[in-house]
Amino acid sequence: MLTYLLQRLASLVLTLAAATIVIFVMIEMVPGDPAAFMMGMNADPEAVGALRDQLGLDQPAAVRYLDWVKGLVAGDFGVSYTYKVPVFELIADRIGISLPLTLYALVLSTLIAIPAGVFAASRRNGAADVSVMGVTQLGIAIPNFWFAMLLVFVFAITLRWFSAGGFPGWDAGFLPAMKALTLPAIALALPQASILARVMRSALIDTMGEDYVRTARAKGLTARQALWRHALRNALIPVLTIIGLQFSFLLAGAIIIENVFFLPGLGRLVFQAITQRDLIVVKSVVILLVFAVTVVTFLVDMAYAAVDPRLRRGG
Amino acid sequence: MSASLSLSAVSLSIQGQPILDHVDLELKKGEVLGLVGESGSGKSMTALAAMQLLPQGASLTGVIELDGQDLTDLDEAALCRLRGGAIGMIFQEPMTALNPLQTIGHQVAETIRIHRGVSRHQSARLAREVLNRVGLPEAHFALDRYPHDLSGGQRQRVVIAIAIACRPKVLIADEPTTALDVTTQAEILALLKHLVAEEQMGLLLITHDLAVVADMADRIAIMKDGRIVEAGETVALFDTMRHPYTRRLFEASRHVPRGERRRAEGEPLLEAEGIVRDYRLPRRAFWHPRRTHRAVDHVSFTLRRGENVGLVGESGCGKSTLARAVLGLESLQEGRITLLGSPFAGRDILPEPAARRDVQVVFQDPYGSFNPRHRVERLIAEPFHLLDRPPHGAVRRARIERALGEVGLAPADASKYIHEFSGGQRQRLAIARALIIEPALIILDEAVSALDVSIRAQILDLLADLSERLGVTYLFISHDLSVVRAITDRVMVMKDGSIVEEGETDEVFARPQHAYTQRLLAATPLIDDALARRRDRTLSR
Repeated sequence: MLTYLLQRLASLVLTLAAATIVIFVMIEMVPGDPAAFMMGMNADPEAVGALRDQLGLDQPAAVRYLDWVKGLVAGDFGVSYTYKVPVFELIADRIGISLPLTLYALVLSTLIAIPAGVFAASRRNGAADVSVMGVTQLGIAIPNFWFAMLLVFVFAITLRWFSAGGFPGWDAGFLPAMKALTLPAIALALPQASILARVMRSALIDTMGEDYVRTARAKGLTARQALWRHALRNALIPVLTIIGLQFSFLLAGAIIIENVFFLPGLGRLVFQAITQRDLIVVKSVVILLVFAVTVVTFLVDMAYAAVDPRLRRGG
Repeated sequence: MSASLSLSAVSLSIQGQPILDHVDLELKKGEVLGLVGESGSGKSMTALAAMQLLPQGASLTGVIELDGQDLTDLDEAALCRLRGGAIGMIFQEPMTALNPLQTIGHQVAETIRIHRGVSRHQSARLAREVLNRVGLPEAHFALDRYPHDLSGGQRQRVVIAIAIACRPKVLIADEPTTALDVTTQAEILALLKHLVAEEQMGLLLITHDLAVVADMADRIAIMKDGRIVEAGETVALFDTMRHPYTRRLFEASRHVPRGERRRAEGEPLLEAEGIVRDYRLPRRAFWHPRRTHRAVDHVSFTLRRGENVGLVGESGCGKSTLARAVLGLESLQEGRITLLGSPFAGRDILPEPAARRDVQVVFQDPYGSFNPRHRVERLIAEPFHLLDRPPHGAVRRARIERALGEVGLAPADASKYIHEFSGGQRQRLAIARALIIEPALIILDEAVSALDVSIRAQILDLLADLSERLGVTYLFISHDLSVVRAITDRVMVMKDGSIVEEGETDEVFARPQHAYTQRLLAATPLIDDALARRRDRTLSR
């Protein structure tokens, strides 16, 4: 087990190192001079040159790369070209919304999907199965911004249970903040839950056909017991993979939902930074997302090992 | 003695498709009843009917009694109390019959817990006892081991432990040793025999292998197309064989194709000199040194033109790797293979396409080795791409038809798809595909192992006939010694990557020199020997 853990950790560190290089090179290749952009259209070339000096843009690429990585490790992400504030603060504010929103959506989606998938699989081809399949088909087909607007219309405008958008900040208290995130989280969770429920259902149907489930029935277990005790844990392996992928997707992919609900999240920050050539912000957010994705991958790998003893061997 | 398990006039259909037709079976206490039939005869469904574990859409009529109690009357809860309690079952495929995520101790203890309602601690203690009884002692097989740590034979012992944990009155074993090597098969059969005698259980042994039932069963029932065509006491049944199907089955299972044994006199076709194939194993961790597994260890042999050579050994001995090396599909670490005098494969030698056309192969699985989306015409013409100038139009068509004719199929079959053929016909197609570019050597890798005995006999005849008419050389790889004995002139015995014995087939089978060959031969069940032992026992009584 320890070997497995160390191996996964090593792969995490190597992935991050490789990612910094790729991101740095890509940003280098993007056209547009941040200094010129910051000074505006009619800037004096000398002033632009001075700013380039100040930003360290005239240094060789290798030096700038090392400075950047050193800064990352120390928590110093640099100063935003447009907002003129440390990037770290900028991101910290946004992540305070995006991360809870992502986790909220993911928990909702998992809580809906796993029972729905199990329910459908255990009543295969029955009315329950057909309904779950129909609803999930709809959940995948509906564009989530449209579903988000529908939620706003019903729960905010008509019923007035929730506000239509905005975020009061965590200072306003945990419950009001969570309340503000509820509609966006539901809007994000619906398509994810639909996909996950289908994966859960088909994985469970596959495992119910396995020989060891037949062995379990021959032992005297009822179909339900065989499902819960033998099939479910085996079927969770593909489900874990999908949950891991969904986390990465939700963390950065919530940009449309953030716009619908006026949430100042990471997605909006990146979008604005790209349009304003604020490359240092883009670079930092991207590396942060890479970090989040690799950490989640690591956690999913750990979860595999917890489920599957074959991965723990030799440890 | 009263019957433990009896089936009276049991008929079964699944979604309107008839599967069983008025099956009558009677299994007494302490008795072994062999149920023999070919694939699709309904023998596994008979077992599932007795367990009342039929698939959805099954409708069953007739009476299935366990100790006088009709199982078809019972509700699901009562059936669950019986399954694993009074009636246990063992399956064919031990590699997949155990839950990979649970320890063996847990899986055995679970049966005990649900039937006896004892504590976790006590069920673990009882599971330990059962595992000891099936030959998995605590020293090597602690309760917290997982199935992936165990070999096929050991896993089958765990499955047996689960089935007998609650001391059932009836044990149903569906092809329990078909997936195992002969020596492992012999051990598992001995264990079952011992358990039946010790516990006075009734054992319903389902198999396609007449030699196994001749050895194991007190009585035999022969099944064909969902009906019992003949049943009776073992020796008497083999003596009389009233039903023609029984006779056909018996003859097919001991079938020896016609043809002379040939001496190895032709010119050398393929020579292997000291070939070595190492597989790199995954590192335990990236800071550990890389380990290797030597699958083929300095093997040398010569195949002469026109002779049939057998290669036997148990699973994992390296025979399939050796076959792949001879096909030029494995990179060798040492040694070289020469084909018709020119270098074919070696450490830095890869086979020329021109040389590849002289070596073709037929694999075990007649279902997985064809692309289902192509017509037969295209499938069997595949090796043509090895020719410098592949035939076109009428010539191509003529060669396809000739190859189909050689293997006993019709020219019209060329435009069909593979799903329209039975397993035996597919294997004929595989042979046609190998023959079509007139190779010098055909490698038959377990080519008849998946076939029913009657089909197997036909394919063996076909192979013998082709070798005689076309002068092809075969390298016949199999774990089934009786088949190798029937068709080869010379045999090589492989163990742990090395060839431990080699010689003329008749000589090796009559006077095996190496201890391993002797063990293999002793473990191979033979109908005549088994029947002779039975007669002796009856006489001495």
